[in-house]
Amino acid sequence: MVTAQRVEAPHLESIRTRARRVAEAVPDPELPMLTLADLGVLRGVEVDADGTVTASITPTYSGCPAMAEMRSDVAARLRAAGFPEVRIRTVLDPPWTSDWISAEGRRKLAEYGIAPPGPAPRRAVGPVPLTLSPTRRAVACPRCGSSETEETSRFSATSCKALWRCRNCLEPFEHLKEI
Amino acid sequence: MTDDHVYLSLAEGSEDGDARWAFGTGFEDPLHGVDTVVPEVVDGRILAAYCLALGDDALVSAQRLAEWCTRAPELEEEVALANIGLDLLGQARLLLSRAGQAEGSGRDEDALAYFRDADALRNVRLAELPNGDFAFSIARLLVLATWRLALFERLTGSTDPVLAAVAAKGVKELTYHRDYAAQWTVRLGDGTCESHLRMQRGIEEIWPYVGELFATGPVEREAAAGGIGVDPAAVREEVGATLLQVADAATLALPALPADPHPGGGRWGEHTDALGPLLAEMQSVARAHPEATW
Repeated sequence: MVTAQRVEAPHLESIRTRARRVAEAVPDPELPMLTLADLGVLRGVEVDADGTVTASITPTYSGCPAMAEMRSDVAARLRAAGFPEVRIRTVLDPPWTSDWISAEGRRKLAEYGIAPPGPAPRRAVGPVPLTLSPTRRAVACPRCGSSETEETSRFSATSCKALWRCRNCLEPFEHLKEI
Repeated sequence: MTDDHVYLSLAEGSEDGDARWAFGTGFEDPLHGVDTVVPEVVDGRILAAYCLALGDDALVSAQRLAEWCTRAPELEEEVALANIGLDLLGQARLLLSRAGQAEGSGRDEDALAYFRDADALRNVRLAELPNGDFAFSIARLLVLATWRLALFERLTGSTDPVLAAVAAKGVKELTYHRDYAAQWTVRLGDGTCESHLRMQRGIEEIWPYVGELFATGPVEREAAAGGIGVDPAAVREEVGATLLQVADAATLALPALPADPHPGGGRWGEHTDALGPLLAEMQSVARAHPEATW
């Protein structure tokens, strides 16, 4: 149990490590096989000298309906782990990118049947170029591994995923979009 | 506001933190936990008015896009339009919250979305026009997304860090909104005789409302001068060039953008008759049960 009194520096480091482990293990409400750390939504965990834990999170999309849940989940997990003073900070800048999904996160997505994202598009200086034809992407089927796949819909049940179909095993699957 | 909200007890009761959420009024402030101090160099009154207008464009657009649910030609397009609407609703929530903070009135996003009448809304009229057919809605989405993307790209350098961050996130979303609308414009324009005709008609029907997007009102002028916002006249050429590129690929005839748009329109609180019924539907539950949260 951490009480709200001044903490010595070496002790503080171990508290920070423990708080970080707790926050990093919180599952995402929409993709519960991933933690918020895997998804790159958890941006940092700090502990003040008075023992207050501050966890920073960032939304994936502007309309992400799960932000309040994430805040609540992270705060609840930290309190349950014995940190009474918890603050959740929302970081809007820099904006989330699918490049922040960890290697472990990508592995878990594929294992769950969701094709992980490729590299996010890099923006050159100047106006965003227009794309008039469907973007060709090499997305491997998460079930059979075939690269004979096609996009069926760029939009699906959540903002972050597209619908794809495998022409080899004929199974439909979801693909986490590059953004 | 603290992080203890009504669902916390649910989360604590479960090892998995399995709290579920509901939709309606009484949302947690979308800027909760963000550093929302208005910098000294920023005029809060102008920032509020500027964010309100951009927030209203997104709010009204999101409502029109949501009307396509159960009515789109294909399930995939219905999902696409709803997803685009959700992004815009997210942008609206952030911008209306920022407007409320900056004006210092204590009005939150719900007060601004649900308790203002049509003449207090500042959205451009193009956003409020009834959906028409699919081609009309695509023509409108193409123009609005192209225009908003050009504005947001510049707003990433706003002197207000919250507006700059909202814009940086919005740029990514508006990029695929514009691509979606542009690809449909080409598919319909360069499609069958019927689809070409409808797409051309859609463009002609929205055109009287396009000039307004580039008219500089007093709020835009002051916001641009203070580095908070962008003078919409500054994006006119870029937007025109992009629309022309799409129209050429779609074999459509694009009328010229009016050279000197007259002041007036949605930014001045002058709306079409279509906005009242839209607001009535969107606001009725919140107004019937003003204290309700769920």
